[in-house]
Amino acid sequence: MESSNQFSSTPPRAPGGPRQSRRHTPKADMSGLYQRAVKQAFVKLDPRITVKNPVMFIVWVGTIVTALVTVNPNLFGNVSDAGLNQQIFNGLITFILFFTLVFANFAEAVAEGRGKAQADSLRSTRSDTIARKILPDGSVQEVSSTDLRRGDQVKVIAGDMIPSDGDVIQGIGSVDESAITGESAPVLKQPGTDIASSVTGGTRLLSDELVVRITADPGKGFIDRMIALVEGAERTKTPNEIALTVLLVVLTQVFLIVIATMSPLADYVQSPTTIAILISLLVALIPTTIGGLLSAIGIAGMDRVAQFNVIATSGRAVEACGDINTLVLDKTGTITLGNRLASQFIPVNGYSEQAVAQAALAASVFDETPEGRSIVRLAEEWGAAIDFDRQAAEGIEFSARTRMSGTNLPDGGEARKGAVDAIKGFVRSRGGTLSADLDTAYEGVSRLGGTPLAVCKNSDIYGVIYLKDIVKPGLRERFDQLRRMGVRTIMLTGDNRITASVIAAEAGVDDFIAEATPEDKIDVIRREQSQGKLVAMTGDGTNDAPALAQANVGVAMNSGTQAAKEAANMVDLDSDPTKLIDLVAIGKQLLITRGALTTFSIANDIAKYFAIIPTIFAAAGIGSLNVMGLKSPQSAIISALIYNALIILALIPLALKGVQFRPLTANQLLQRNILIYGVGGVIAPFIAIKLIDLILPIA
Amino acid sequence: MFQGWLQIALTIALFVALAPTFGGYMAQVYLGQKTLLDPVLVPVEGMLYSLTGTEKKEEMTGWQYARAILYSNLAMGLLIFFLIMNQGWLPLNPTGLGAPTWDTALHTTISFITNTNQQHYSGETTLSYGSQILGLGYHMFTSAATGLAVGIAFIRGLTGRPLGNFYVDLIRSITRILLPISIVGAVALMLLGVPETLAGPVVVPTLEDPAVSQAIARGPVAHFEIIKQLGENGGGFFAINSAHPFENPNPATNLIQIVAMVVIPSAFIYTYGVFANSRRQAWLIYGMVLTIYLLFVTLTAISEYQGNPAVNALLGNVQPNLEGKEVRFGWAQSALFATTTTGTMCGAVNSLHDSFMPLGGFVLLSNLFLQIIWGGQGTGTAYLFAYLILAVFVTGLMVGRTPEFLGRKIEKREVVLASFLILLVHPITILIPGAIALAFPEQLAGISNPGFHGLSQVIYEYASAAANNGSGFEGLADSQPASTGLWWNLSTCFSLLGGRYIPTIALLLLADSLSRKQPVPMTVGTLRTDTFLFTGVTAGVVLILGALTFFPVLALGPIAEAFQMAKGG
Repeated sequence: MESSNQFSSTPPRAPGGPRQSRRHTPKADMSGLYQRAVKQAFVKLDPRITVKNPVMFIVWVGTIVTALVTVNPNLFGNVSDAGLNQQIFNGLITFILFFTLVFANFAEAVAEGRGKAQADSLRSTRSDTIARKILPDGSVQEVSSTDLRRGDQVKVIAGDMIPSDGDVIQGIGSVDESAITGESAPVLKQPGTDIASSVTGGTRLLSDELVVRITADPGKGFIDRMIALVEGAERTKTPNEIALTVLLVVLTQVFLIVIATMSPLADYVQSPTTIAILISLLVALIPTTIGGLLSAIGIAGMDRVAQFNVIATSGRAVEACGDINTLVLDKTGTITLGNRLASQFIPVNGYSEQAVAQAALAASVFDETPEGRSIVRLAEEWGAAIDFDRQAAEGIEFSARTRMSGTNLPDGGEARKGAVDAIKGFVRSRGGTLSADLDTAYEGVSRLGGTPLAVCKNSDIYGVIYLKDIVKPGLRERFDQLRRMGVRTIMLTGDNRITASVIAAEAGVDDFIAEATPEDKIDVIRREQSQGKLVAMTGDGTNDAPALAQANVGVAMNSGTQAAKEAANMVDLDSDPTKLIDLVAIGKQLLITRGALTTFSIANDIAKYFAIIPTIFAAAGIGSLNVMGLKSPQSAIISALIYNALIILALIPLALKGVQFRPLTANQLLQRNILIYGVGGVIAPFIAIKLIDLILPIA
Repeated sequence: MFQGWLQIALTIALFVALAPTFGGYMAQVYLGQKTLLDPVLVPVEGMLYSLTGTEKKEEMTGWQYARAILYSNLAMGLLIFFLIMNQGWLPLNPTGLGAPTWDTALHTTISFITNTNQQHYSGETTLSYGSQILGLGYHMFTSAATGLAVGIAFIRGLTGRPLGNFYVDLIRSITRILLPISIVGAVALMLLGVPETLAGPVVVPTLEDPAVSQAIARGPVAHFEIIKQLGENGGGFFAINSAHPFENPNPATNLIQIVAMVVIPSAFIYTYGVFANSRRQAWLIYGMVLTIYLLFVTLTAISEYQGNPAVNALLGNVQPNLEGKEVRFGWAQSALFATTTTGTMCGAVNSLHDSFMPLGGFVLLSNLFLQIIWGGQGTGTAYLFAYLILAVFVTGLMVGRTPEFLGRKIEKREVVLASFLILLVHPITILIPGAIALAFPEQLAGISNPGFHGLSQVIYEYASAAANNGSGFEGLADSQPASTGLWWNLSTCFSLLGGRYIPTIALLLLADSLSRKQPVPMTVGTLRTDTFLFTGVTAGVVLILGALTFFPVLALGPIAEAFQMAKGG
């Protein structure tokens, strides 16, 4: 599977690459995959299954007919015995047609087998567990997890498996989610907070006790859906696949008519042919290559997404990824590393940098956020130390209303840090005055793309902390690649315009929306969609849910809330929003693979015509058209059919892996792929059929 | 030889040069913009609209448009059938001709309402002047206008406009395009010697033996002739069509005839360019068609110029193949006429296609199979873009997006309609009846030259009917009272109807569904269809999908015949 995705140049984490360490699903068991697929390939010969694939069903019927004329060559009228014994010849044709069917079935079986292996490993994590259901009167009753319904409350004790998807409503505990995310570090779960309150059935509580309200009925949980999807049980044909099937069916009907009418034509010009030859020609001409591989391509596409640790709710969503025109990306966590780090103190009002550091430390001792800790670290680098009794001090938490946090010192002093406006207000309320150099520092930081935090003690502003936003390495190149593919990126951030514009320029996004609210997200999506564009976005919070639902491709983070996950059509188990970019490439790759093999399949027909028609109608004097110089009609037909069967087998790896995708413009892609699969599809069979003809020990 | 090639080159240069001006004019007509003839035509059309109750010019959906075509064509067909069956007592019948057999009348009616004009009769001895002028002449305008209406409705849909109103398009096509040119053209033909009279045949004593008299057929030919060519009808006033000295007396009239039959389909591609606001794409497509056309003309002309090896062996030197040709036109103008008439679905002939060399026969058949080497009136351009849609669908996936054309996604419905229209209608309407006829060559087909050539004759007849061309390879006993006449009349009716109305409905529904789609903005990730590369890809798709179906037939017909002839058989 590796290197199938050239797109993820940086950071390189194509599936199977460095992400190995946090692989999703306890390594799917792929041993015996091929043995099972071979068995399945024969099971799928059942006409009730074959009939679902119209192209291959024609081959199936053809095989039966050639088998009949193997037993009795004169079944459909007398045949003059020319060259090779008719029965042996017909038998050979039957044999090759049979294997054409088996190879096509094998392709599908391998693709399905991979999904099944993943599903099995998921299923093993999820045995029927005993749940402690809390009854309305408060007592606890032990029930089977399959008896739980939406809305029930259960008690989970350390060591227990969480019986079903739900929200934590009481208690704090750490949960091992490695079964679904592959992340071995336990995750802290507690009620209230959006993200940390949702738990997934099949994961294990490691410590403490939780009370969980169940949010999914049995069989409808997250893991159940995952199993159904990777297994292909709920696989329905995607719109593009249906359209392509229509074309293939029409082509098949066309060749049916061509072949069915050929017999009287051939008889009329005294160059009669046999039913076995006509069926061979029919099978050679109908698009068996793409017909045999089409479903495997679709299943493999879903599988590729799953390998990338993303669960798609439908193939349609994967396909839509290729069509995306606009990516709406959150700045924090997606474009920049999640945590901003303090990188500089800028003193104002004549204070020294040490003084700012001292004040910042005082304001941040109780701040446990990554930003807060980075401020403490930077302050300690400047030599600041805590000069008060920590026990006697009181931490003031950040709130969205005050937009600042800080410490009430034992001496009655108040150290605060926060948004510059908020601190200005605080200082004014304490009777302090403001100076112009504060604004200069504020603008300076903003212009660098950083977030300025003002620091004050009582009524005095000491300075500004420069919180630096770090753009993820390599993003610029990826946005460039996206632009080359015609995908626009829009960054959303709560930062002010200046900061936002700097980060936007640094990351190389096409557009940004500053001071954005969650409502802005849905507005942006609607605006883009009204222009006929397809939009993809990521989100994790409950307030992202409407936007996720509105977007054509909404990817929810697994760490996000149930609401977000339900509104999205994909869930990223690694909770890595940057993956959206890779999904675009996977979607495109799926469509390209389908188009390339269709083009190849149709282009092959030229060579097959030139192999078969001149040799079987040699009596009509058109032998000179036998440009390949094939030995005899029998050899020509057998060679063409062997090629026809083997090419399916040969292309299975390509169908499963996908055509190599490069981030090029549409015209460059067309040029490249037409050359390989169009022109190549015309030439390759000429060479291959000639070679088979040379090797064949038939006169 | 040089003269021949020069004639070919100048004729082609003339109609290519006319394309932008005339194509632009047609765009103005169908966009409802001001044109030169407005002062005269606006009141006339106003009267017609109020007379027919189409003053409101309501927009039609695809189905409404298709229904309007079917109903109006049915009504017109019934009228003409009645006219022909009763010509015996109706006026304008100087030679006192009675009614033809019912199947001949039916075939003639269907053949003319479908803009095919396949003729299983001899005009001068079967139909009265009344039937010719009032019946067939009327159809020559309406069926051509119907084709134009379908074409323009398709272009409107493709470019995201509502499809328009069939009756308005029909009327405007006649009043603003077909009629004005026909009036000028008819006068020009008269000046060049084509007769226009209601008087009956002239009876004259023959030169050899003054005691024996001969009737020379004539009639109102000039006005009939110009719309026959311009509307790509092709149904001759006389049995031998444009080879007849009264239909096409000299090289000057021949030039007018060739230019008239190709000028509308060639300029219509430019009209598309105006509608799509992409003259670049129009010229690229135009270039593609022109290239294939030039290739075909060259192939036919060379093979005719080199003549028949068997005849050359007898003569002792290389002489052009003049069997079945008019000496006043020679190999060059015959080859050009034949390639153009089969390519444009006109179907008029100035030489006998049966007598062309096998390679020429190959080209003429291929023209009928492809239907886009200029193609039929209006419908040819529509087919061209249906091919383009298929090319977009097959290869467009290779750029990693759901294929789209002019910003509109090609999805299941479009693929169903386009592939059915382009790929399936032809095999059904040509190969199936062809195979039946060839299975019973004695009882049904009545073939004059058995063997490969006979196969070409049969397939050509159905291909000509299905493509609404109307020319004949000839050599088949397809006219009453031959015993096989009934089979030919009825079986070709199947091909005529199938080849005309199924694609018409499919085209209109396709246009309808495209026009309703929300366009997706163009980005660098969008497959551009106005490039050399994509035009080349389209040519590949046209040749593979269009020709592959008929490769076996071509191999057993003209190709086998060519090898046979090369061996001296």
